[in-house]
Amino acid sequence: MTIELTEVAATRVQHYLANRGKGIGMRVGVKTTGCSGLAYVIEFVDEIQSDDEVFETRGVKVVVDRKSLVFIDGTQIDFAREGLNEGFRFKNPNAKDECGCGESFTI
Amino acid sequence: MSLLQISEPGQSTAPHQHRYSAGIDLGTTNSLIATVRNGEATTLADASNQHLLPSIVYLGKDKKLVGRAAQEMQAIDPLNTISSVKRLMGRGIEDVSRLGNNLLYRFETDSHSSVPRIQTDSGLVSAVEVSAEILKTLATRAELALDDDLSGVVITVPAYFDDAQRQATRDAARLANLNVFRLLNEPTAAAVAYGLDQDNDGVIAVYDLGGGTFDISILRLNKGVFEVLATGGDSALGGDDMDHALGEWILLQAEFKEVDAILARKVLIAAREAKEFLTLNKSAHIHIEHDKHRWQGTISREKMDELILHLIKKTLKSCRRVLRDANLSKQEIGEVVMVGGSTRVPLVGQMVGDFFDRKPMADLDPDRVVAIGAAIQANVLAGNQPDAEMLLLDVLPLSLSIETMGGLSEKIISRNTPIPVSRAQEFTTFKDGQTSMSIHVLQGERELVSDCRSLARFELRGFPPLVAGAARIRVSYQVDADGLMSVRAEETTSGITADIVVKPSYGLTDSEIESMLRDSMDHARDDVSARMLKEQQVESRRVIEAIDTALAADGDSLLSQKEIEDIIQARDNLAGLIETACADKLKKSIKLLEKISEPYVAKRMNASVQHMLTGKRINEINLK
Repeated sequence: MTIELTEVAATRVQHYLANRGKGIGMRVGVKTTGCSGLAYVIEFVDEIQSDDEVFETRGVKVVVDRKSLVFIDGTQIDFAREGLNEGFRFKNPNAKDECGCGESFTI
Repeated sequence: MSLLQISEPGQSTAPHQHRYSAGIDLGTTNSLIATVRNGEATTLADASNQHLLPSIVYLGKDKKLVGRAAQEMQAIDPLNTISSVKRLMGRGIEDVSRLGNNLLYRFETDSHSSVPRIQTDSGLVSAVEVSAEILKTLATRAELALDDDLSGVVITVPAYFDDAQRQATRDAARLANLNVFRLLNEPTAAAVAYGLDQDNDGVIAVYDLGGGTFDISILRLNKGVFEVLATGGDSALGGDDMDHALGEWILLQAEFKEVDAILARKVLIAAREAKEFLTLNKSAHIHIEHDKHRWQGTISREKMDELILHLIKKTLKSCRRVLRDANLSKQEIGEVVMVGGSTRVPLVGQMVGDFFDRKPMADLDPDRVVAIGAAIQANVLAGNQPDAEMLLLDVLPLSLSIETMGGLSEKIISRNTPIPVSRAQEFTTFKDGQTSMSIHVLQGERELVSDCRSLARFELRGFPPLVAGAARIRVSYQVDADGLMSVRAEETTSGITADIVVKPSYGLTDSEIESMLRDSMDHARDDVSARMLKEQQVESRRVIEAIDTALAADGDSLLSQKEIEDIIQARDNLAGLIETACADKLKKSIKLLEKISEPYVAKRMNASVQHMLTGKRINEINLK
């Protein structure tokens, strides 16, 4: 079971955490919403819950709840720029289909 | 696939329901937009990585340009290139002519509209429409960067902007299809960017030296609310003046024979580059070439400091003045925040530091700090920061008052009161048998109604006729978080009410509102003496009214002919003085009439007591 961050993504997360001034790491998960079933969730983590798994990747703690993990196991998270936009991009081997906007997916 | 942002715990949103927001610094010279992404507030750049958008709009025939592209048209087509439009926001035509000849545009003056419109090759435009173009350009930039719509924005305005100027800014946003969460004072935004709103209560000075304007504001943070204690500055002082000072020195050194417009421009550009280079370096090399003119030389930081010293001293003079206005000593200032690109000049930081006797806060980019503060506020208002204790409220920029007898304005809510707010005050009737009362809602700091802005007028009718002073009319003013005002009047003995929601005090189409603009108040002069006079005039009329009523009722039965004549003489004397005499004289004359009437008043009192007691047993009398 793994979740991985690219070097660029890890640097960004560390930067954002430092800027925020508090937080343990980054929470990654899925929510059952969106136009094609599941949507990604990324949040700062202040508290680790009992059903959380914690992965340490490139010095960043990535926190995933066990329920989400089955949908995103093996995901690589990158940080990218597209024109003026920038943000985190998920490469999820479990995802079969994405909606047009790419914010939600099915497995 | 789309690019995702990190949210605060528990605050991630469903797809297509992001609450993106932005802060906009709509400046005189430059504008910026910032947003909070991944918990970090940053300004957004355009495609060529420029953060600052020059606040310039070009309106040629079938061609519209905003920003740098418009700036380039300034030399080619100056009449269709509009800059510094912020100075015109919420201004009437009279104000515009007062702004002097530094605005070269062709204003349309012969129309019935009193909102000044500029003639361009693409038609007549108002300041609001030009500002809307700038806002649209910035919003498009943000929507590209966020790949989504903006749910709302916070736009900053100078602390001294009055209601009309603020409303004009809101109108511009509405034209640009933006939802304005709130307008925020620029110095407050700078303080928020530095996180000072999270600090303990205290007094903050915000020193804002931009390209062409200088503002100094003194804020007091009190339980999370910033209150503007005093503002000052110079609307024609900034970095451009430093460039001019340096440019003149260059021209003196170079001894150019004839200086045409292009050479002058090149000298100014060289001066500005040298100034910027001297921020981090001890000396700068200058090279100028134009036609057969050619000069090169070096300028040291010391030399530049010498050339611009008088400009900085001028800003410190304003600082001294606002401290005096706020009734504060330098020692009472907790923090000094630096805003505006020109504060990068080392001498500025040093002299401001020496003046306030503390190190000014200048860690954030002084060009961006206002936009960043606005973005932080917008993010909170968009609901992305649940645990944010920051509930930074706006304050009323001008007092809200009501007209009382004699054309005087009586303040119900005074300026700098945090909104939302609701205040009530009781009034009474002036005449016996009065059954209606006209309520006139005003805005402004001055004492006389004619010098304030009129916001609304309505009538409370149909309450029972009572003797003067017996009716109880409770007038309550309420201002909600968006600055919308409602007024309610209630006669409390009968329960009759009337209310009104005050329309925004400024609108492009509303002719009645435009007339308000004309009354635009500039500086409150000392009109206390005028108020005193009006008060005495009202008092004179009240006393005369009372005497007349009394004499008509029981003058003949209680007084001798001689007594009546004496009273009437004093009464006529006072009546004759009302329109002409000064306040003191009226006061004396009222006193005189009151003195002469004293025995009469005593007799009336006795008569009414006797009337009350006649034929009653002692235990029937209810002594209150």
